[in-house]
Amino acid sequence: MSYTRRQFLAASTFSSISLLGVPAFASLTDDAISALTGGAGAVEGGISITAPEIAENGNTVPVEIDAPGAVAITLFADGNPTPSVATFKFGALSASRTASTRIRLSTTQNVVAVAEMEDGSFQMAKANVKVTIGGCGG
Amino acid sequence: MRLRICVLSLLISAPSFAYAQDSNSLTIDGQVMVTETAAPAHMENVDTIYSGWRFRSQETQAMEMDDFDNPAFVFLDKAYELWDAVDGTEGKSCSSCHEPEDFTGLRAQLPRVEGEELVTLEDLINRSRVEHMGAEPWKWSGTQMTSMTALVGLQSRGLPMDVAIEGDAKPFWEAGKEIYYTNVGQLDMACSSCHEDNYGMMIRADHLSQGQINGFPTYRLKNAKLNSIHGRFKGCMTNIRATPFKEGGAEFKALELYLASRSEGLSVETPSVRN
Amino acid sequence: MASGVKPRVKVPKTAEAGEAITIKTLISHKMESGQRKDGDGKLIPRSIINRFTAEFNGENVIDVALEPAISTNPYFQFDAIVPESGEFTFTWYDDDGDIYNATKKISVA
Repeated sequence: MSYTRRQFLAASTFSSISLLGVPAFASLTDDAISALTGGAGAVEGGISITAPEIAENGNTVPVEIDAPGAVAITLFADGNPTPSVATFKFGALSASRTASTRIRLSTTQNVVAVAEMEDGSFQMAKANVKVTIGGCGG
Repeated sequence: MRLRICVLSLLISAPSFAYAQDSNSLTIDGQVMVTETAAPAHMENVDTIYSGWRFRSQETQAMEMDDFDNPAFVFLDKAYELWDAVDGTEGKSCSSCHEPEDFTGLRAQLPRVEGEELVTLEDLINRSRVEHMGAEPWKWSGTQMTSMTALVGLQSRGLPMDVAIEGDAKPFWEAGKEIYYTNVGQLDMACSSCHEDNYGMMIRADHLSQGQINGFPTYRLKNAKLNSIHGRFKGCMTNIRATPFKEGGAEFKALELYLASRSEGLSVETPSVRN
Repeated sequence: MASGVKPRVKVPKTAEAGEAITIKTLISHKMESGQRKDGDGKLIPRSIINRFTAEFNGENVIDVALEPAISTNPYFQFDAIVPESGEFTFTWYDDDGDIYNATKKISVA
């Protein structure tokens, strides 16, 4: 059976995408979290991330993190070319362990917050954000 | 070829339900804005007009409701500096003759006819620069011009859009209306194809608005800066694969007048935040 | 030197002793991520604000390490305790070595 060039390209693109998809970046994030927690890993729960379910534009996605009792919070975006987003260290005059910012997301992915607690343990929260392609954004 | 036609009809008609504009109300730093009103009589196919704000996500809407959260205000800071900066052969700055408050109401009435010409805010600013300051005109959609049109536009924020379309303005208005309804480009679409016939629907992942211009220049999340009216027209035409008219040219000015008339009664929201 | 970089800060003018207040900060900066390509297809090098700190009367409130995934015109909102009257100092550190400052006074009744 002979393939047209179009069919061949479509088939190979599809198979390479399924090999190289989100999982590759997700493991970069796992590595980064492992490095951050010294291999101890992070437990889900206790802290929260607020992010839109659908981001109107991946350029500017508002994100808020809240981690009562945390000393520092590190944000990752597991589908970005480089997963690290920011690290917030709270000082003596910080009134609450919350911070809001605006981030860039290159594609639909999870925003992951890892908080280092006062007792040295780590907690984690994830929010999935759909990043859409504009249809006629100009 | 067959594939392209299938894809195109899928893109525009796929949603069997429309995400109509929401029913949120806009207050900016305590001032209530009109984002919905009866369409002016000359619009035969639309009963109610809505500001583009009503079609954006909650997070985008929230950014416009506070002058600090509104990223456009970074450019307002620039504009205030430009206001005081001496420029040109006459050794003057805008502030030599004007206070920003002098221009309350101006944005809501533009574009308008002066003598034989239809003038926009960019025309008035450049005219002052060239004739009164002896300075170089600014680029139509450059940062300096968009920052300044934002500053002048801000003085009218909350006032209803109200442009003249009769008398001297009529021929320009008719020309603009014709452009609005004329199909152009490879995709063979007119402004009305999306903004009158399909507002409220999704085009791929974009929520189509009515294409109102009451909030321009607008801060777009897409390019993280202020966008001029003609710059936006140019982008739209490029997207339907048409050769865009010139910014500052007769066609876009006429179209600007027609569009301004379609927003009659909506509050000026300059500088707005859009996607 | 990155041009056109301007900070904006929102801090209440007054507070009660020990009250928690909300602070918003923004700085106009392109935050060139290092992912974009120029017209010739060459990568435009990264050039971002990489650190932001807020202090009150010399004591640290928050210290943020930024990566290229922070949006253009970096925006932060956070809360601070105001023990007494004084001055907030906000500092942004640029990849190119520049440091930008803003200060805001607050008085405690």
